[in-house]
Amino acid sequence: MHTMSIQRKKIHPHKYSLWIAMGSITMMFIGFTSAYVVKRSQANWLAFELPHIFWLSTAVILLSSLTVHLALKQFRERNMQRYKQLITITALLGVIFAACQWIGFSQLKNSGLPLNGPVSASFIYVIVGVHMLHVLGGVVALLIMFARAYRTRIRTYSSVPIEVAATYWHFVDVLWIYLLIFLSIAR
Amino acid sequence: MSNEATLHSQQEVMHGAHDHHDHEHHHEDNFISKYVFSLDHKMIAKQFLITGIVWAIIGAFFSVVFRLQLGFPDATFPWLESILGHWAKGGRITPEAYYALVTMHGTILVFFVLTAGLSGTFSNLLIPLQVGARDMASPFMNCLSYWFFFLASLVMMASLFVQTGPASGGWTMYPPLSALGDASIGSKIGVDLWLTSMALFVVSQLLGGLNYISTLLNMRTKGMSMTKMPLTIWSFFFTAVLGVLSFPVLLSGFILLLFDRHAGTSFYLSDIFIAGKALANEGGSAILYQHLFWFLGHPEVYIIILPAMGMVSEVLAVSSRKPIFGYLAMIGSLFAICILAFLVWAHHMFVTGLNPFLGAFFVLLTLLIAVPSAIKVFNWLTTIWKGNIRFTPASLFSIGFVSTFISGGLTGIWLGNSSIDIHLHDTYFVIAHFHIVMGVSAFFGMFAGIYHWFPKMYGRFMNNTIGYIHFWVTLIGAYLIFWPMHYEGMAGMPRRYFDYSSWTSFNQFGGLNQFISIVVILVFATQLLFVFNFFYSIFKGRKLTEQNPWKATSLEWTTPINPGHGNWPGEIPEVHRWAYDYSKDGRDFIPQTEPIGPNESAH
Repeated sequence: MHTMSIQRKKIHPHKYSLWIAMGSITMMFIGFTSAYVVKRSQANWLAFELPHIFWLSTAVILLSSLTVHLALKQFRERNMQRYKQLITITALLGVIFAACQWIGFSQLKNSGLPLNGPVSASFIYVIVGVHMLHVLGGVVALLIMFARAYRTRIRTYSSVPIEVAATYWHFVDVLWIYLLIFLSIAR
Repeated sequence: MSNEATLHSQQEVMHGAHDHHDHEHHHEDNFISKYVFSLDHKMIAKQFLITGIVWAIIGAFFSVVFRLQLGFPDATFPWLESILGHWAKGGRITPEAYYALVTMHGTILVFFVLTAGLSGTFSNLLIPLQVGARDMASPFMNCLSYWFFFLASLVMMASLFVQTGPASGGWTMYPPLSALGDASIGSKIGVDLWLTSMALFVVSQLLGGLNYISTLLNMRTKGMSMTKMPLTIWSFFFTAVLGVLSFPVLLSGFILLLFDRHAGTSFYLSDIFIAGKALANEGGSAILYQHLFWFLGHPEVYIIILPAMGMVSEVLAVSSRKPIFGYLAMIGSLFAICILAFLVWAHHMFVTGLNPFLGAFFVLLTLLIAVPSAIKVFNWLTTIWKGNIRFTPASLFSIGFVSTFISGGLTGIWLGNSSIDIHLHDTYFVIAHFHIVMGVSAFFGMFAGIYHWFPKMYGRFMNNTIGYIHFWVTLIGAYLIFWPMHYEGMAGMPRRYFDYSSWTSFNQFGGLNQFISIVVILVFATQLLFVFNFFYSIFKGRKLTEQNPWKATSLEWTTPINPGHGNWPGEIPEVHRWAYDYSKDGRDFIPQTEPIGPNESAH
């Protein structure tokens, strides 16, 4: 093993990468919503109310943003017990959010708007579904943080991973609020 | 306290802080960690390059096969059957095989060779070396980027062996041919594999792009300000930005396409009748796909050509022993191209019934790209003007790049005008234009890069004589192949026709098409010569005896001849000047690491 001089980085590279990745994910949803706008201006567009449970899921994800923020704060204060609790609650809220979206899909289907129905409904399934996958990705990241917190053999004192996970979590929250406002207005 | 212990203690102290110091040490590698799942950016660059070369041979071979059909539509080639089996029964390829070969040729060359092979190789190789970084921002993500690319390659390759064959709707994968499994034999599982492969490919590109941007913005060595970076790095930066912003939009288009194929949605489908029977799809529009596709598709042209532009700028300065002319203008023009690349996608859609006002808008934006492009050409020419040019294979390919970029760029002005494009659309003029500008030019940039940085990659030189033969046959051959195609296109000869010989108006080009096909075979054979030179030189090429064989100024030539993982043993060199101090103050070149003298201007 050889050791070399250290290299100073201005911002942690993982944080930098995350910001660029968030820009990239945003572009994908811009792609979806642009397609939605283009289709909306064409014939056969069917406008309908979004499932009410989407509003409940919004409250859930907002709450989860708060809990992940508090988790990060607790981590920085080395209050590991509270940190573990809050990170677990955040992951659970993420799963509840995904479950709410799934129930929303069932409600849509039961109201005569299946995935292969009108294009306007198909868009809801795809856009909300792809966002849900991003949330579930975040849940996996949080669970990894959680497992790391319980690891006894190697102690991690760097807050970078939890900062990255928290920033991503806030991002999927903001993204959902954008999508909800967009889908509510551009019906 | 040992160095390592100091690092540990630093990390302890800095926990929670935003500044971060990495623990920079590397374990001894075994075969798997050194050559297979390597975390070293230089090895990953080689992996991209060698995979790209394999793909290039396959993709180019496909073009030889379909050129046989175009050049000799009535002839049979029994040997083809032994390679392609039932796709070429009796020695003649079937129309289905023809379309599949054309589709795979385009897909492979555009994405797997000129995107991953070119950008993946040189961004990986040069970004850490030229900005003075130990490795990429995330070596693990970098490794993952290659393996996603490899996985994408395997899936695409697998599609060649399925019973119904690979996708055959064209490399653009337009619906409805791609959206309906029953549309043609090439619309079946081949399209699913194509879409899966491309999704993996997009993931690979995003992982790579994130790393490139993070590394060059965040991990530059001391003194390496943005305006001291070589133009290669600037071009890789803009390429990565284009990639991370445009590939996700393509992915959104592919996701909708997959839903149309398998979930009965109608994003792209409407009023489809098969054998007189209407399908259930309503309200979809194939044009929507085109918008999403070309939002990536046009930046993709620049994702391919920008790295080549950067490398050519570098090689021209080194080989002419002159500073690059108009360094800031070169960066500005790269930026302008990058912005405009996002605003011109609809020029691919002039014949789709686009609103004429909108068409005029896209014509204007398209023609505007000629301005930064012309700035670059002017600066390349003024860089080599009165230079003491060393005609290495790398410099010849760079000059060839400028030549073909001018040729292809000029015909782009024709196609950028909607009124002319409506006549030329889907003719051989378009084929000639884009092959010259983003096929030949980009390949020339890639060849220039390989010849120039081969010593850095392998510690040996490639054979120059073979390099000269490679250059001249390829340059003359490329013009002989694509120049006549412009005339065929102007005469209205359409692309994508399997057999044009029954139309009198196009049959007149039979002799010309035979000539083109023969040149294609010759040029292909010459590329095999290059491949031989490349692999032979890795093991048997003349060994490097000095660190800086080209007498270049940039940082990669300050590393040892065969740099290990971490690039520089000991301290990373500090930078004091830009990368183009050639023929200054009576000196041939001044490395970037040399401090600026008391009476010396910055540049």
